[in-house]
Amino acid sequence: MSDPAARIPAKHPPARRLPATRSAAAPSPRISPTTETRAVQYALIAVVVAILSLFLLVPLATVFTQALRSGLGDYLATFRNPEALAAIRLTLLVAAIAVPCNLIFGIAAAWAIAKYRFPGRTLLVSLIDLPFSISPVVAGLVYILLLGSNSLIGGFLLENFGIRIIFAVPGIVLATILVTFPFIARELIPLMEDQGTGDEEAALSLGANGWQTFLFVTLPNVKWALLYGVLLCNARAMGEFGAVAVLSGKLRGQTVTMPLQVELFYNEYASVAAFSLASLLAGLALVTLIVKSWLEWRYADQIAATGRGH
Amino acid sequence: MAVTHFRAPSIIPGFGLTFGFTLFYLSIIVIVPVIGIYIHTFQLDWAAFERIVTGARFQAALRLSFGTSALAALVNVVIGVLVAWVLTRYSFPGRRVLDAIVDLPFALPTAVAGISLTAIYAPTGLIGQLFAPLGIRIAYTPLGILIALIFIGLPFVVRTVQPVLQDFDREVEEASATLGASRLTTIVRVLLPNLVPAILTGFALAFSRAVGEYGSVIFIAGNLPRQTEILPLLIVFRLEEYNYPAAAAIAAVMMTASFVILLLINLIQAWSRRRFGRV
Repeated sequence: MSDPAARIPAKHPPARRLPATRSAAAPSPRISPTTETRAVQYALIAVVVAILSLFLLVPLATVFTQALRSGLGDYLATFRNPEALAAIRLTLLVAAIAVPCNLIFGIAAAWAIAKYRFPGRTLLVSLIDLPFSISPVVAGLVYILLLGSNSLIGGFLLENFGIRIIFAVPGIVLATILVTFPFIARELIPLMEDQGTGDEEAALSLGANGWQTFLFVTLPNVKWALLYGVLLCNARAMGEFGAVAVLSGKLRGQTVTMPLQVELFYNEYASVAAFSLASLLAGLALVTLIVKSWLEWRYADQIAATGRGH
Repeated sequence: MAVTHFRAPSIIPGFGLTFGFTLFYLSIIVIVPVIGIYIHTFQLDWAAFERIVTGARFQAALRLSFGTSALAALVNVVIGVLVAWVLTRYSFPGRRVLDAIVDLPFALPTAVAGISLTAIYAPTGLIGQLFAPLGIRIAYTPLGILIALIFIGLPFVVRTVQPVLQDFDREVEEASATLGASRLTTIVRVLLPNLVPAILTGFALAFSRAVGEYGSVIFIAGNLPRQTEILPLLIVFRLEEYNYPAAAAIAAVMMTASFVILLLINLIQAWSRRRFGRV
């Protein structure tokens, strides 16, 4: 007989075999010894749903309810405001410069770090991650100190070429590049490290040159991770506030990006306008989250989960 | 080998180009500006530096920033482990949506989060009005700062703990159960110790982010000197007074703190690799 219960010594009265009979009969309150009871599960799920709703969904929904508080007409009026339109244009411009810069850097850094072995590789990776641990305000400050009109470089550029960097668009672009610096590189590095150099070596031995190898072998291998990184980088570039606030100078219609314009509206008690403009940024965040989740779900193996977060 | 190479030999072309460009870009965007902060700080003599860092306003901002950040990171640990647990272990309708929404604080611009949280927790707001009759004010007090910091730090612990929980070998839990441990004992004595490195890393990341946070905090903080004024805001004020050395000195203190945190994270991960064989 193979039933283990049958081998229980006779001195055990039959009533002690309760666990065996119970699991065979109606569903027991405990599903298995390695999960919690149904009641505990439901309670924990309820707590988590409540916490995430309170802390995340309510703030997100509030942006839209506040924006539409006094009707669709007032909401749309914000987008005829010339200052708001200038802010939207500037934000698009800044992202259109900062993201490609960091894209090129990200690819170059990932190539150098993932495809070769050299001393100081880990240090280089840590340095690339550094902007994540710098306060945005400090990120803005570093450029004021380096390139402000009374600094060595800033003064030189202003006097000889009339180029103003701080309190002007170039400064905003620089600060945005700094805070979004690691996003693409850190998505690519772990993935390209994982993929190794076998594919590239095969392409090279078959006669492809370096650029062909990169374009037709490496790039297709990492395209989804690249898109993922660009998505995160762009979201942060368009939404950056602290670093840009410090060195924009807030010249209306000229050096004010969307998040800064939100602040200006808000401080003028133009609450509906502030939330209307904010709703565009919140919409961007939602689209980012949706595309990001879709990429994670569809191409999980081609994105490498190690790069999640931030 | 007659020649010693800087890098291991490889037939893949482009090392010079990519490595050179990486170093160049990294230097002009990150390294040189960061060193500039310290150069500016060192231009102060010691007495002036001491005056700045022992000033009552700086001390109050320092305590507030680090205190609320530590508290917020602690709350994030509790919430984060719970959320990670529920998202990895249970299946229920809407789980995928919930998983995606966890990243909202990463995606939502901080200024947007700031005005939205202020609208909710102001005395007339959705949640603020529930507490106002009790005499509890949330917005424009340190409590408001705490709420904002919990919001922006929420994803860190979830995202560091989640992969560890996912990869955790269920057989270990089964072994613990067969040896007679109750479910609670298994979780506390077997599972949790394995999560410690991830929890510590998540805590450090959330803390470090919270200390530097600006956008989401300034709207809800009230920004009263010595009461609800955070360190990054003090830097902004010093900048507006064109007091660059003072701003640089505060930034140097903050930056040094983040370097220490970064070092701690690396140490935790090195320890974790030795102890558990993974990060």
